Amino acid sequence: MLLINKLFAGGVAVPHRKNTAEMETVVMDTPSKVIIPMAQHSGPPCRPTVKKGDIVKVGQLIGDSDAYISAPIHSSVSGIVKRVEPMLYASGHLVISVEIEADNKQELSEDIKAPSVNNREQFIEAIRGSGLVGLGGAGFPSHVKLNPPKDKKIDYLIINGAECEPYITSDYRECIEFAPYIIKGIQLVLDMLEIPRAIIGIEDNKPKAISLLKEKSKNDSRISVYSLRSRYPQGAEKTLIYTVTGRKVPPGKLPADVGCLVFNVNSISFMAKYVETGIPLIKKRVTVDGPVVREPKNVEVLIGTSIGDVFEFSGGFLSKPYKVLMGGPMMGIAQYSLETSVIKNTNAILAFDKNEGDLPPETPCIRCGRCVAACPMNLLPHEINRFVMAGRYNELDKFHILDCIECGSCSYVCPAKRHLVQSIRLGKDAVRRNAKKA
Amino acid sequence: MYVCSSPHLRDNCTTTKIMLDVIIALLPAVVAGIWFFGYRAAVVILVTVITAVAAEYLMRKGLKRDNTISDLSAVVTGLLLALNLPPAIPLWIAAVGAVIAIVIVKQLFGGLGQNFMNPALGARAILVAAWASSMTTWTQPFGETVTTTATATPAADAVASATPLAALKEGIYGIYSYGDLFWGNIAGCIGETSAFAILLGFVYLLVKGVISWHIPVIFTATTAVMTWMLGPDGMFTGDPLYHVLSGGLLLGAVFMATDYVTCPVTKTGAAIYAFGCGLLTALFRLYGSMPEGVSFAIILMNVVTPLIDRHTIPASFGGERNVG
Repeated sequence: MLLINKLFAGGVAVPHRKNTAEMETVVMDTPSKVIIPMAQHSGPPCRPTVKKGDIVKVGQLIGDSDAYISAPIHSSVSGIVKRVEPMLYASGHLVISVEIEADNKQELSEDIKAPSVNNREQFIEAIRGSGLVGLGGAGFPSHVKLNPPKDKKIDYLIINGAECEPYITSDYRECIEFAPYIIKGIQLVLDMLEIPRAIIGIEDNKPKAISLLKEKSKNDSRISVYSLRSRYPQGAEKTLIYTVTGRKVPPGKLPADVGCLVFNVNSISFMAKYVETGIPLIKKRVTVDGPVVREPKNVEVLIGTSIGDVFEFSGGFLSKPYKVLMGGPMMGIAQYSLETSVIKNTNAILAFDKNEGDLPPETPCIRCGRCVAACPMNLLPHEINRFVMAGRYNELDKFHILDCIECGSCSYVCPAKRHLVQSIRLGKDAVRRNAKKA
Repeated sequence: MYVCSSPHLRDNCTTTKIMLDVIIALLPAVVAGIWFFGYRAAVVILVTVITAVAAEYLMRKGLKRDNTISDLSAVVTGLLLALNLPPAIPLWIAAVGAVIAIVIVKQLFGGLGQNFMNPALGARAILVAAWASSMTTWTQPFGETVTTTATATPAADAVASATPLAALKEGIYGIYSYGDLFWGNIAGCIGETSAFAILLGFVYLLVKGVISWHIPVIFTATTAVMTWMLGPDGMFTGDPLYHVLSGGLLLGAVFMATDYVTCPVTKTGAAIYAFGCGLLTALFRLYGSMPEGVSFAIILMNVVTPLIDRHTIPASFGGERNVG
């Protein structure tokens, strides 16, 4: 078993703060209501298949789409549909959502039965039916990933357990609590898609997860477990692929173009569970942490539960939260309301006080080059920042602005505290708009 | 609740901390300068630092901009200027130099991060042009001030206080041992005499990650190879070690050429820039009318830096380089 892996260039040493690592997942009670948004994946949103007044059961289909890049959405509770209308979404937009008042009986839908999975087509169809999307954060529909173009031969199935964001321990808990399912899921995909090898990549700050998965996979020579250097953004898809295979995904290309298929540990484990039970994706493990959370913990939450309810379940706040994040501190989205719902790819909700949540003021760039050294995509963030702030959008292409993965390493290291990745997002948007116009 | 775009976490390194590290790294050279040239050196240093900070404060106030003296960059400029001046420099000239550095070279171009050449070196160049004799009046360590200039005919008493490079220029060998050059027992600018003190600072900057080795090493190595190659008695007859340890080469390579604002950002760009600095230094020293050329070499390469940057935009991860 090959255990040496490459080190990706750049990145930053972020603090780990994995306070909840050894906290076993606790199941949260059914909330009184859930609000389930119809856009929980990349691609066009689903259209609701229920209307106000309908009685729904757990696991029942409530949203679907004809678009290929999409994933169906299921009810996480049994109860009655109260509203179907645009509601506040984690991104800050309004998104058509289904509000269901729970009856607390949690009756399972009659449609639920374990799918029969005997070949590739059945497997992909089953995964589409499960509503699975990439649980690591991107939310890309898994059935699309499992179905790469026929001319792309996949050599490696890569399982992402890097979890390089501070605070979050949701992937780690999956490794510790459901290691056998992770291995089963891997074997399922290897068999169904006829992929020769699988590599599980985990950062070396999680030695227990590494040794456990090594132990569980020792009878399957196709599976290797790699201990990766703990360095942000180790878990970014392109850096992970490079680290474990030495292959570089070119700009604008997909992992399948270099013979790789990447799934988060939670996603692969879910596949095994789904094939066993047929219960679609209706719940999610969420790390609840941050300095103002009274009892940080890992919570199994029904999708659609408001983050306010989840914080309440974690003992509430020690003081008024200054900033609340959905996701980790490096890439998470700040929330302005506690009404937003936990969705399929939510892996953490964090609450910060002013001390931790405030940003220092910007000062002039001194061209120190720390952002350049930190950029895992080999870009020049300080130059892009300069051009964006000057409004020179049509010159941004030469700096490869669209190749930015928005990991935030540049802003993290900047001694002048400049809003580098933030301005790059602005620039990317302008470049895309210009391209559309042309 | 406060909403902003990620990341929500920042490293605790700040511009002020970096400047403080540079000041700490300069302390050995400061101590060496005061040790060899006495209290006069300390007075020059105080004058330039205080003038630089005062000029920065007043200029920002005059321009109605926010006050920036707390970032310590003016202190660094004042300190670097003093270390590039002869110990016997009239104090008013030192003060004028500090004002030129801050007001003309730095603030008039937009302040920190916007200057196109190193402020201390820009000011030094103007002082050399304006007050050539004061800028080339050297002091022997622990000794008297004697005037020598590059163009003066070597007289017996003048030789004793010539800088190592001035002596070399006039074809005089053997008055300084490598030991003198290394420890700093030689005539010269306040901060440039002791190679040992500068190397201590270099190691500190490397350990703290303030600079990488590329520019100082490539710069120094290029000058060494060129001076060795283009020796006085034909190819490869030069004395590279003498050249490396003499004059402002180490001070320039470690502290001046590595000024973030005026050197290229990428490794490739930095290598081209450092090679240019080294090449020009050797050519100025060997064929110029003045014995030393480090500061002019750096200034010239400072000016070329935007050009180097424009042509060294790297390919993105997995991608190809844009041409042109």
